[in-house]
Amino acid sequence: MAQLNAQGQPYEDETPEPDAPAPAPAAQASGDALDDLLAEIDGSLQVNAEQFVRSFVQKGGQ
Amino acid sequence: MIPTDIPPPLEVDPARRIFGLETEFGLHLDSAASRAVTPEEVAGHLFHSVVQWGRSSNVFLTNASRLYIDVGAHPEYATAECDTLTDLIAMDKAGERIVQDLVAGGEERLRAAGVEGEIHLYKNNTDSAGNSYGCHENYLVRRRADFKAFASALLPFLVTRQIVTGAGTITRTPQGAHYSFSPRADHMWEGLSSATTRSRPMINTRDEPHANAELYRRMHVIVGDSTMAEPTTLVKVGATDLILRIMEARAILPELTLAREMQAIRDVAHDLTGTATVELVDGRRLTAVEVQQTYIELVRSHLGGVIERTEEVDRILDLWQRGVDAVRTQDFSGVETELDWAIKHRLLMRYQERLGCTLDDPRLARLELAFHDVSPERGLFAKLQAQGLVRRIVPEEAIVRAMTQAPSTTRAHLRGEFVSKALESGRDFTVDWVHLKIAGASGTTVLLKDPFRSEDARVDALLDALATP
Repeated sequence: MAQLNAQGQPYEDETPEPDAPAPAPAAQASGDALDDLLAEIDGSLQVNAEQFVRSFVQKGGQ
Repeated sequence: MIPTDIPPPLEVDPARRIFGLETEFGLHLDSAASRAVTPEEVAGHLFHSVVQWGRSSNVFLTNASRLYIDVGAHPEYATAECDTLTDLIAMDKAGERIVQDLVAGGEERLRAAGVEGEIHLYKNNTDSAGNSYGCHENYLVRRRADFKAFASALLPFLVTRQIVTGAGTITRTPQGAHYSFSPRADHMWEGLSSATTRSRPMINTRDEPHANAELYRRMHVIVGDSTMAEPTTLVKVGATDLILRIMEARAILPELTLAREMQAIRDVAHDLTGTATVELVDGRRLTAVEVQQTYIELVRSHLGGVIERTEEVDRILDLWQRGVDAVRTQDFSGVETELDWAIKHRLLMRYQERLGCTLDDPRLARLELAFHDVSPERGLFAKLQAQGLVRRIVPEEAIVRAMTQAPSTTRAHLRGEFVSKALESGRDFTVDWVHLKIAGASGTTVLLKDPFRSEDARVDALLDALATP
């Protein structure tokens, strides 16, 4: 059983809640990060993009 | 000596449920080789190491999950039985890594066979020719005589939930390209059916509970998209579970029966504005936003009653509501790090802007494949997560653990122990969802009919038998 503090609330675990939502990054910073990432992969994505996409054909599954 | 008495079924809290997720991966060899290499051949090389240790390309792993090659040479991973959503998400993400770990060996075998190339595995639902493969959700439900009516009652929810849980995709038509909520929606042909590849229903009604058939049935939902982001998987399975809990409590459901489900699922998928309406049998026309909002209100009305209020339930409701709000207001920024369709939409729009191209440009299709590529190096998703552009729910350690260890609170624990010990012992064994057997030894088959039971004296004896040469 969790120990209770004076207000009768359980003490927070010392480790941060692993599944607590991270604070939303500022939209600007996040947009920049996205642009940086796209710049990083742009070169490899453009190489034979059409041929690459077209060559992915497989029978259907369930 | 293995005891033969099968223990009675456990008394289970009605809120406790067994979940499972089955994922068929897209398999793509990118190669300049002069000879054609079939997906079957690539899959054979990919699974070579599995066959080496498991003597089959259809195996159960030490984490109690199943790994095999399915129809169409799709590598498939079916998670072990989980009774919490966090376990389920960890097992699902572990599966991506388990299949990805086969890639280097597969490429090496191909090279030895004279084929240079890269193998890509996609957690998506369609190839470039429009063939579809699935992500199947399993919910263990209590058996009832009116299963078909029960399952049918879930359809209005399943048709419209894609505005929150869809993976999003660029749809190409002769009239041009547009962005849709769900790549799977166009492949649905029926509401309920016991067939899967022939007719593609939303719910497969094959009566195969993998458990005590007197007590349970499996709700086998096959309309959903494979989802990459952990929060999307949480709301996909979590919201569906909440609706099932209300249905299983035999509470009154809002009257939302759809007049034409197949038309409705397509109309909803192809309308990113959320204003398209679906026709109900009572003649009303509602938007998917309105239908989903009705379900959210239904769940809220049962909080503290049928549905115990927990942090997880609050989190599911919060994201579910924000997803519906995003579509209603057409401001996707509130969910663009959590819901697959919104994450991808942002990514594709940004790249389109950068390239100054139209939506049907092959480079955008290439980006879409990169998003679903489960490779941490060649794929994009891992990079988005690392940059904080996609939120996570499950700690990294839990995913790493789930690659080798079964969930501890369900039957999976017993199977995981058995597979681990049997592999250590070097003895031949056979395993499926309900059986454990040491080959050759008579009387050593254990039948596990209760998926909620994680302890069993018969399995202890079986493990002892493995430990004694």
